[in-house]
Amino acid sequence: MSPMSSDPSTDAPGTDTGAADQEFSIARSNALIPLLILFAVTVFGVLAVIVRAKPVEPPEGTPATKAFGPADFPAVFGAAEALTGGGAADGGSAASPGAPTVLFPVPAPPFSEGIFPCMQCHEGIPPNPERRVLEGMHSDIVLHHDEEHRWCLDCHDQNDRNQLRLASGALLPFTESYRLCGQCHGTQFRDWKSGIHGKRTGYWSGSKRYLLCVNCHNPHHPRFAALAPLPPPVRPQYLHPAEAAVGHAASASGSAAQEGGDAADAR
Amino acid sequence: MGPLTFIATSARFALRGGKAYWLWVGCLLALIVWGGLAYLDQLRHGLIVTNMRDQVSWAFYIGNFTFLVGVAAAAVVLVIPAYIYHWKPIKEVAILGEILAISAIIMCMLFVAVDMGRPDRAWHLIPGVGRMNFPSSLLAWDVLVLNLYLFLNLTIVTHLLYRGIQGRAYNTRLVVPLVLFSIPAAVGIHTVTAFLYAGLPGRPYWNASILAPRFLCSAFCSGPAIMLILFQILQRTTKIAIKDEAIWKVAELMAYAMFLNLLLLGAEIFKEYYSGTEHLIHLQYLFSGVRGHHALVPYAWTYVGCGIAAFLLFLFPATRRNVFTLNLGCLLIYASVYIEKGMGLVIPGFTPDTLGEVYEYTPTLHELRIGAGIFSVGFLVFTLLCRIAVPILTGEFAAARAAAAEKSSHWLPHTGSAPAG
Amino acid sequence: MPQMPADEPQRDAEATEPLTLSRRDFLTAVGVAAAGFLAGCTPEVREAYFAKHFLELSPKEVEARLARLRADCSRRFGQAVSISAQPAQPGVVFGYALDLSRCIGCRRCVYACVKENNQSRDPQIQWIRVLEMEKDKGIDFEEANPYYNPDKVPDPDHFYLPVACQQCRNPQCTKVCPVGATWQEPDGIVVIDYDWCIGCRCCMAACPYGARHFNFGEPEVPANELNPNLHILGNRPRPRGVVEKCTFCIQRTRAGRYPACVEICPVGARKFGNLLDPESEIARILHEKRVFVLKAELKTEPKFYYFYGI
Repeated sequence: MSPMSSDPSTDAPGTDTGAADQEFSIARSNALIPLLILFAVTVFGVLAVIVRAKPVEPPEGTPATKAFGPADFPAVFGAAEALTGGGAADGGSAASPGAPTVLFPVPAPPFSEGIFPCMQCHEGIPPNPERRVLEGMHSDIVLHHDEEHRWCLDCHDQNDRNQLRLASGALLPFTESYRLCGQCHGTQFRDWKSGIHGKRTGYWSGSKRYLLCVNCHNPHHPRFAALAPLPPPVRPQYLHPAEAAVGHAASASGSAAQEGGDAADAR
Repeated sequence: MGPLTFIATSARFALRGGKAYWLWVGCLLALIVWGGLAYLDQLRHGLIVTNMRDQVSWAFYIGNFTFLVGVAAAAVVLVIPAYIYHWKPIKEVAILGEILAISAIIMCMLFVAVDMGRPDRAWHLIPGVGRMNFPSSLLAWDVLVLNLYLFLNLTIVTHLLYRGIQGRAYNTRLVVPLVLFSIPAAVGIHTVTAFLYAGLPGRPYWNASILAPRFLCSAFCSGPAIMLILFQILQRTTKIAIKDEAIWKVAELMAYAMFLNLLLLGAEIFKEYYSGTEHLIHLQYLFSGVRGHHALVPYAWTYVGCGIAAFLLFLFPATRRNVFTLNLGCLLIYASVYIEKGMGLVIPGFTPDTLGEVYEYTPTLHELRIGAGIFSVGFLVFTLLCRIAVPILTGEFAAARAAAAEKSSHWLPHTGSAPAG
Repeated sequence: MPQMPADEPQRDAEATEPLTLSRRDFLTAVGVAAAGFLAGCTPEVREAYFAKHFLELSPKEVEARLARLRADCSRRFGQAVSISAQPAQPGVVFGYALDLSRCIGCRRCVYACVKENNQSRDPQIQWIRVLEMEKDKGIDFEEANPYYNPDKVPDPDHFYLPVACQQCRNPQCTKVCPVGATWQEPDGIVVIDYDWCIGCRCCMAACPYGARHFNFGEPEVPANELNPNLHILGNRPRPRGVVEKCTFCIQRTRAGRYPACVEICPVGARKFGNLLDPESEIARILHEKRVFVLKAELKTEPKFYYFYGI
């Protein structure tokens, strides 16, 4: 006796064929088979559509279809630590009169070649305090820094061209030019002193490296120019162009492998 | 009879069959090999052979896993009438539901295994041997409850078959508590799987309290639908006798589940569309597309349409009892829940992603091949287990063994010690 | 009840006749297999394939793992590498602040990070994602575009929001990892044990910031581009099938230096430091500027702040 079959005593009374047919009418019906076949065909068709659907190829030059790496930009990443700021070695000059006792270790000011010390030329030139657009020397400097109200000799000392001058008339060396900028840009100066403003390199737990304001901002034309961005990340559809054949060609047999191969060659 | 003999005897059952049987098994084995080769390719190249990317990091495999956990949980639809209400027409066939549960759980585990980036490190999940982040990780819970549920069903089925082959009744003190425990376990596996999704606040489409009830309702629609179809196939291919009553009762229970399923879907849709917050965008992607991306829209409307049609067919007793409309309804609800759990749950959860990017995912041939292979494994397990269980259920095996015993008794010196069955 | 006759010779070929398998044969087969398996388990094999979780390693075992990785990398990349397992310093919790009014979207941070942290070039992985947002809409992720590519940045109608791991105080990712392969270190960095991760990507589903990235394919770093200064929980070359993400340049920051992205930023938009040090720039920013975090309603409490410096 099967342990799971029903006890014969509780079967429905009467076992004539009519009742048996009614009891198992579903078993005798053929309705399921065409439905199953139709279902299987539909499923297969849908799957075929999904698999065969080829991704729309982007036009030539569309961004984010090619993966770039830092090695593609040697200008940005080639030189080790291009602009990293002064270290402990760059102790800065001896404090000038009136300078705060805390000095920031900054690199040397980024003078143009041969331009400093300025007095080697200006020793013999009588200072001309008239506001004007310069002709001849220094005409390459186009002042675009509150030029409506200020001009060269508001920051450069008239008599000692090797130094800068504050609004009070006090002189300060170029190595402390941040004090000059801080006169008007007090918020930025305050932030710079605590390390919030400016490019930050060095050690968070020790010697931070400071840059002079002018290491980043051209004092005559301080606004940063727009620059070209590095390329966007590759879109997920094009994540692995060299082996796109593995994924997409398997979906659309043959031609995608060709395209994947061409894309790899073009890289 | 020792366990080895039991295995050997079962194996003999499984290996007997006519042309149709071997054709079916042959097709399944071919699909398994085809899928297996695709998986080997995936092992070689990595998951890059799929279309999953950072933006959509779970897709076809996990969608199938989620659907199949529901199918496994639906065995409870047979177990409750059979063992709590002792309703004979279903009690006779409850084991088929448990066999379906075993096949479904095996498929679930295979889908998770093929989705893992490092299957060689699966042992990290074994508590004690590895390091399981329990109770914090829902995935750890899922591993435990799925294995527990598989173990429960395997124990019950093995015991029933073992005793059946021996010709003895099953031990109620072992089976009944296990079966009764499998009811909350079944609810548990699907609830834990739902919590896996619902517990992620970074994915607002899933982070809804309604998710677990929705999972359970759709599970109780789709699982029994498969069972009804399998019952009919078994009736045609074997001598098993399943009463119409059993099928109609299951269909009636499905009708209730379908109603709740549609109600909960409606509740979700109302909440998102009426509130109109940022989170609406996921449902919009599903039902109308966003920013020119609308790959899922036809599937979304198909699943809603199929779900409503199936509910209407099952609502009215006339169509519920008509064999053609019954089967049509089963196929419609199966398709509806399959699409809902796969494309309708996993993909929109990731689209748009957390940073607003829309990456349109479609499965690759590799994924479909591996999926087909795993489904074939499940079908094969179901076929083999039924091959063993059905002759016992129908009394064929007992009759054959009794005939053998009677025949062999002529050869024995001490006749009469083996009475005829 | 009919009983099967025990151990009787069956002379007919009924299908009900059971097969018998000698117990001795079975046990012999199992024994041979087990012996073969154990013989293959040398300590190296054990360390490579049955390695323990990083947090369970004794200092000697950590050294052994570092030695193995050093040898692997030297072999793979043909150069000497240095790999450390430097632990967190006491009294340090790292914080990060990004000045949205200064970021110009140049993406130098993205590529500096790739270089410093040995991210795969093909398939490409980038830990930092810069989102271009419209000024009219403010921070709105639905309108964000990571694939912007104008001739010049900044574009006058847009602003830029770089996103990477927020190193949350209440991370969603560490909660959901089934094997505990990712955890938060005492200095606040959320790290991953690349030798323990099983690649299930549950953490990626959980992260609200899209900060975690998966090695779908074999990661490729050209040997001449390798950064040989490695940390085992940071920028060591990752295997296939594991998750990775920003670690605040753990190899640099635990040695006192700034992360690579902070150092490369040409406009000084990125700030980093010890939140527990009131004199650090990060502490000052929190105090003096008005900072905010992304997706605050999720209560992940990131340590990556955004502010508007001007």
